[in-house]
Amino acid sequence: MSDDYEPQSAVAKWIDKRLPIITLFSGHLMQFPTPKNLNYWWTFGGILTFCLITQIITGLVLAMHYIADANLAFASVEHIMRDVNYGWLLRYIHANGASMFFIAVYLHMARSLFYGSYKEPRELIWIIGVFIFLLMIATAFMGYVLPWGQMSFWGATVITNLFSAVPFFGEAITNWLWGDYSVSGALLTRFFTLHYLMPFLIFGLVILHIWALHVPGNNNPEGIDVVKGQDTVPFHPHYVVKDVLALVVFMIVFAGLVFFSPNILGHSDNYIQANPLQTPEHIVPEWYFLPFYAILRAIPDKLGGVIAMVSAIAILAFIPWLDTSKVRSSKYRPLYRQFYWLLIVDFILLGYLGSQSATGIYLILGRLATLYYFLHFILVMPLIGFIEKPKPLPKSISEPVLTKEEQLTKSGQMA
Amino acid sequence: MIKRLSIFLLLLAHTVSMSFVFASEEMHVPMQPDWSFQGPLGKFDRAELQRGYQVYTEVCSSCHSMDLVSYRNLVQEGGPEFSEKQAKAMAAMFEVEAGPDADGEMFMRPAILSDKFVSPWKNEQEGRISNGGAYPPDLSVMVKARSGGADYVYSLLLGYEDEVPEGIILDDGVYYNVYAKNQRIAMPQVIYEDGVEYTDGTAATEVQMAKDVTAFLAWSAEPKLEERKRIGFKVIVYLIILSFLLYFTNKRIWRDTSH
Ligand code: HEC
Ligand code: HEM
Repeated sequence: MSDDYEPQSAVAKWIDKRLPIITLFSGHLMQFPTPKNLNYWWTFGGILTFCLITQIITGLVLAMHYIADANLAFASVEHIMRDVNYGWLLRYIHANGASMFFIAVYLHMARSLFYGSYKEPRELIWIIGVFIFLLMIATAFMGYVLPWGQMSFWGATVITNLFSAVPFFGEAITNWLWGDYSVSGALLTRFFTLHYLMPFLIFGLVILHIWALHVPGNNNPEGIDVVKGQDTVPFHPHYVVKDVLALVVFMIVFAGLVFFSPNILGHSDNYIQANPLQTPEHIVPEWYFLPFYAILRAIPDKLGGVIAMVSAIAILAFIPWLDTSKVRSSKYRPLYRQFYWLLIVDFILLGYLGSQSATGIYLILGRLATLYYFLHFILVMPLIGFIEKPKPLPKSISEPVLTKEEQLTKSGQMA
Repeated sequence: MIKRLSIFLLLLAHTVSMSFVFASEEMHVPMQPDWSFQGPLGKFDRAELQRGYQVYTEVCSSCHSMDLVSYRNLVQEGGPEFSEKQAKAMAAMFEVEAGPDADGEMFMRPAILSDKFVSPWKNEQEGRISNGGAYPPDLSVMVKARSGGADYVYSLLLGYEDEVPEGIILDDGVYYNVYAKNQRIAMPQVIYEDGVEYTDGTAATEVQMAKDVTAFLAWSAEPKLEERKRIGFKVIVYLIILSFLLYFTNKRIWRDTSH
C-alpha cells in the first residue's frame, strides 16, 4: 500500500527521503485498503479522534484563565464565562464535549461488541481501547472537580473515600491522595495537574490503537476476512468523506447542546460554590458514570462495591477470551444476538438506577441488573459459543452485496 | 423475544420508580410564566431587565450580594443596556473601600463601572447574624443553581401565604412558602404591591416585580445568552447545509462501488 506513493515535488522528495512521513501518512490515511461494506457505526473512531482534539484545544485555552485554588476556582470559572472573549463558548464546548465524547465511546464499544471486533487478530486493539476508556473515566472525573462547585466537591469526596475501603492501608491511602485530612485545595491542584496530563496519555494510546488496527485492517459488518482489492476501497476519498459526513451530523447534535441547552446535562448544584459544611441531598455523578455508580451501590459492602465497580471495567479486557465463538459478527449469531441486546438494555437500566437513590425497588433492580452484567460476560459469552449454531457465513464480503443479476452472471462465469 | 421482554421490564421499572418519586416529593412544581428569553430564539426584554435591576437594588440588595456582576455589565450588549451615564450614576450610589493611600490608610470612595456590585455584608458571618443564622446566598448565578431555574425563583418570591396549613410547625425566623423545600424558608416575604416605584411608570404589582427581578437574575446568571443563541443559530444552519453537500459528495464517491 504505502509503496504506491511517489513524492512529486522537489520539497516532498527531499523531506520524504530523510523522514518518510509523507509516505507514512499517505499509506495510512489515503491509500489504506478499507473494507467497502463498513456501515455508519464505523464512523465513531474518527468522531472520537475529533472529540479528543476538541477537548485538548478548548482545555488548553481554559487552563490559561483557570485558577486551581479552593478559594478562587469557582470565581475563575465564572470569570471565564463572563469576561474572557468567547470564554462561555470554550467552557460550554469543553463541558458538553465530555458528554459527547462518552456518547461516542459507548457507541464505538457497542459496535465492537456486536461485530466481534475484539476477536482474533484484533485483541490488542480492543485491550488498548479498554485502557483508553479507563483513562477517559479518570480524566472526566477529575475535570468535573475543577469548577469546585458542590457536586465537584462532594463527588470527589465520595469517590476518593472509596479508597478507604482498602484493608489496613485505607486511611493512609486516602490521606495521601488528598494531601490533607479531607478533600481540600491540595486535592484540587493535583487533580488539575493530572487532568491536564491524561488527555496526552490518551493521545499516545490512540496512536497505538490505530497502529494495532492497521496491522490486520478493519473488521467489517460481515465479520469475515477481506480479500484485498476485491473487497476493499482506498480510505481516501471513500471513508474520509463518509467519516466527515457522520462527524458533521454529530456536530449538529453537539452544537444543539452547546448553544441551546448547555446546562441540561449538568447538575444545578454545581453552580453553588463548594461548601465542606453542607452536604447536598443527592450526590450524583455525571450521567456517563451512572451505570458504574449503580454497580458500586448494588453491593452492600463498601469494599465489595469498589471491587465490583472496578471489575465491571476490568472484565472488558478479557472479552476476547471469554467469547468462545469463532464467528465474529452477531449478524450470523442468532442466539448470542438476543443476549447482546439484553446486555445493552441492562446497561441502560443500570444507568437509570444510578440516578435514583439506592433504596427499595431500585436497590433490588440494581442488584439484578448488576448480576446480569457480570453473568453476561462470565457465563453467557463462553457458553453460547459452544451451544449456538451460527448461520452460514458468506464466502467473501462481495458476495452478499452483489445484486441478483451480478450473482447470476458470476455463477454463470464459474459454471 | 428476550429483546422484547427486556424492553417491557425496563418500562415496568420506570413506571414503578416514577410513582416513588412523586410520593417522596417535598417540593411543589413551580409556576411557569412566559419568559421572553426562553426558546431557541428568545431574548431578554431590556425594559424588564432595567426594572429588575431596580427591584434588586431597592429590595434584595439589603440582604443579598451579587459578587460576580460588575456595574459595567449593566451597559453591556445583551443585558439591561443602561447608558454609560446611567450606569456610572448607579455605581456612584454605593461606596467601596479603596487604598491604601500615600499615608497607608484605606479610604472609602464611590463605586465606579469596573467595581463589582457592592455586597451588603463585610463577610458571611455578618450576613448570618443579621438574618437569624441563615445566610442570604449570593444571587449572581442563583437561577442556574436551582433546579427549576427562573420558574422556581419567581414562584418562591410569590409563594408566601398567611394561612399556614396544619401540621407545619415553623421555628422562629422561618416562614411558610408553598414552593420552598419542605415549605419552609428563612427569608421573609419581600415582594409587596408597590414595594418599588418604577421609573418607567409600570404598575408595581407583586407579579410584575417578581417577574422583573427574576428576569434580571436570569440575565446575571447567563449574561451571554443572547450572543450564544445568535451564534448557535448560524452554526447550526451552516452545519446543516454542509451535511447536505457532504451527503451528495459521499453518494457520488460511492456510486461505482457495490456495497
Ligand atoms: C431580609 C433579608 C432578605 C431580603 C430583603 C431578600 N432575601 Fe432572599 N433570602 C434571605 C435569606 C435569609 C435567605 C436564605 C433562606 C434559607 O436558607 O432558608 C434567602 C434566600 C433566597 C433565595 C434562595 C432560596 C433557596 O432555594 O435556597 C432566593 C432565590 C432569594 N433569596 C431571592 C431573593 C430576591 C429575588 C430578593 C429580592 C426581591 C430577596 N431574596 C430579598 C433574605 C432576604
Ligand atoms: C479516545 C478514545 C478512542 C479513540 C479516539 C478511538 C479511535 C479509533 C479509531 C480512529 C478507530 C478506527 C475506526 C473505527 O473502526 O471506528 C478505532 C477502532 C477500534 N476501536 Fe477505538 N477509539 C477510542 C476508544 C476505544 C475504546 C474505549 C474501545 C473499546 C474498549 C475501542 C475499541 C476499538 C476497536 C475494537 C477498534 C477496531 C474496530 C474495527 O475495525 O472493527 N476504542 N478506534
